[in-house]
Amino acid sequence: MADGTTTVSAPALRGFAPPARRSSLRRFAQRRSTVAVLMCLPLICLIAGLVVYPFFYSIWLSLLNRAMTRFIALFNYRYLLRSDTFQLVIFQSCFFAITAVFFKALIGFILAHVMHNISGKDQKLWRGVLLVPWVIPPALSTLGWWWMISGDYSAINWLLEQVGMHPVAWLASTWWARIWVVAVNVWYGTPFFMIMYLATLKSVPDQLYEAAAIDGATWLQKIRYISLPMLRNIISITVLFSLIVTFANFDIVENLTAGAPANTTHVFATYAFQLGIQSGNIPLGAAVSLFIFPILAIFSIFILRGVGRRAQEGI
Amino acid sequence: MQEPSKPSTRISRRSAIKLGAAAAALPLVHMQTAHAAGSLKLAFWDHWVPAANPTMQKLVAQWGAKNHVDVSLDLLSAGTANDKMLLAEAAEALAGTGHDVMVFQAWGVQQYHQHLEPIDDVVEGLIKQYGPIDAMDAYLGKVNGHWMGFPTSVGTQYKPSCARISLFKKWGYDVTAWYPNKPGDAKTAEAWTYDLMLKLAPEAQKAGKPFGLGLGLTTDSVDMTGTILRAHGGVLVDEKGNMQLRSDAVQAALEYLIKLYPYLPADTVTYDDASNNKALISDSAALIFNPPSAWWVARRDAIHVAEDCWTFPMPLGPKGRYNSHLPFFWGIWSFSPNKTAAKELITWLQQRAQVETLCDAAVGYDIPPFASMHDFNIWSTVKPPLGTVYNYPIRPWHDTQTNVAGYPAPPHIATQLYTNATFNVMVVKLAKNKEKMKNVLDWAENEINGYINM
Repeated sequence: MADGTTTVSAPALRGFAPPARRSSLRRFAQRRSTVAVLMCLPLICLIAGLVVYPFFYSIWLSLLNRAMTRFIALFNYRYLLRSDTFQLVIFQSCFFAITAVFFKALIGFILAHVMHNISGKDQKLWRGVLLVPWVIPPALSTLGWWWMISGDYSAINWLLEQVGMHPVAWLASTWWARIWVVAVNVWYGTPFFMIMYLATLKSVPDQLYEAAAIDGATWLQKIRYISLPMLRNIISITVLFSLIVTFANFDIVENLTAGAPANTTHVFATYAFQLGIQSGNIPLGAAVSLFIFPILAIFSIFILRGVGRRAQEGI
Repeated sequence: MQEPSKPSTRISRRSAIKLGAAAAALPLVHMQTAHAAGSLKLAFWDHWVPAANPTMQKLVAQWGAKNHVDVSLDLLSAGTANDKMLLAEAAEALAGTGHDVMVFQAWGVQQYHQHLEPIDDVVEGLIKQYGPIDAMDAYLGKVNGHWMGFPTSVGTQYKPSCARISLFKKWGYDVTAWYPNKPGDAKTAEAWTYDLMLKLAPEAQKAGKPFGLGLGLTTDSVDMTGTILRAHGGVLVDEKGNMQLRSDAVQAALEYLIKLYPYLPADTVTYDDASNNKALISDSAALIFNPPSAWWVARRDAIHVAEDCWTFPMPLGPKGRYNSHLPFFWGIWSFSPNKTAAKELITWLQQRAQVETLCDAAVGYDIPPFASMHDFNIWSTVKPPLGTVYNYPIRPWHDTQTNVAGYPAPPHIATQLYTNATFNVMVVKLAKNKEKMKNVLDWAENEINGYINM
């Protein structure tokens, strides 16, 4: 039944009077909600095994000493917060994630509009081409970028030399290294934003733009008063998803700089790997990786609250 | 006539239990010796020299067939971004299951010793056969006086000088005379000092072939600066765990590296473990500190470079001559069900004949832990030029010791000094970022205090 309480019709049960206890058990088993839960149970178990258990296990690990033999409460967190290197890691992680997501969203937004205005066949072609960065495994594409910008034999330096300029040790400079790490992430992640915005733009009625054009609206006004409000929810969701993924990024930094120069490009994931796996201090590595959680939780609460509110208001 | 009673064929409950227990114990007894059916799962390093892995597989299969043990061998890569070895070590230690024998690089034995089986009997037995083991191998392989890992030859390396003969000759120094490819005398190489290296660094830079030495955060860079520090008599933390950061020797090593920095490649601070190799192979470096892997690739890809390379110990410092050392270990997990077979296999693989076979297959890249095995023919015969890696293993007349960055600090502190590249970060802050010495020392003190109290 549509109310989700039972799937068995009354006539089928007519004339059958089982004991009350058995009947209620049967009714419970035949409820749609029970069936749904049972059918989802394998997935729930999988998520519990692969997400929930590791999450709580890593919290437990972060409260242990280096040898994992003694409970030391929040000592690992206190140690990290007092470490100059970790303060640098917090700064770099926030700089990396926020800057990269901002540019991915901005460029994705622009590209989506450009694509939206390209006609049928050409749009398919360009859409495919622009999705290429997103489908290449990031470790491989980062290697490609590294070949282009490494200090010694890079393509970009070769070009600079061809026009009479001196080669630049891009990754040896703290700020250039940070900028390149962000740039590679933007290159990799922008197609995701583009495709999401493009899909949403396709659902915006053309009449709105036509009416705005008749009223003499400029392209900027169309974007401000039509596109942005219509895309607000998808922008929020994509920004949230991308923040989560970008904060947890490992491949790009590890392949491009491995934290150099002098730890200035380390992000949470690479620093957690260095402390947890390379230094053999798994509890400390777990503590570093868990620092991302409250930051992302705060972002998630604000963004999802906004999305929920707009959904209720029917915006 | 009454039939004589037949002897009873019934088995009493007590006998059945005894029989069952004996039957159940049978496979266990078999598992306790390699001379019976059983299985052994090995995780060894995925050697970068193409012929080394098949040779190891062949040897392992040969031992398995001879001893009726079903041996499986997994080869794990190690490297900056593809470190399956480190991940497998951590995962198996935490899970308490996996391979029987696991490979460890440098600090791994110290990190996971509580999950490893002591193998004093194996190592002491081999020491009796082949003589003493390198002091750094003992520093990394022993915990509380017990051997917890065996310093295997496979993957173990020194990182000595590999110089361009012609360039050094141009500057007035014959590296082949310093270290000829025959037994010699330490006195012939007295000129090869860190002071001379500093003097030649501007020449190399002018020639467009700066010394390919890194100040990055990976092992080659950390090993090099750690060895320079030791050659100046400096330690960041002593063997008792006391910080020795503000010492004259540390200051002297820092000042040396500050002076050297301007003559190093522009991207020295981002050097990884491949950078020095590439610098040599692409004819862009007059000197690197590395195992013969760079020369080996040059032999394949840039023969004119390979023909001009000569490998010999690192320079002499005010407090001695040291070669950077990066050993690999084989350890037996304490959860292994077949420890005896594992010990027998390790012992067999480390016999001179097997070590030489493996070393030959690796074109001399691997360094055996026993000095008595540093006379294999491979180092005398490979070319070009003939004798180029003759001085790669430490010879008795080299007057050279091995060094691991972080030594002699207690290993749990030294691991962190090493993996966090603390000394390298200090050098970069001073030399590149031009930060004040006081600020850098304060920063390092804060970091190292954390390592000590962790």
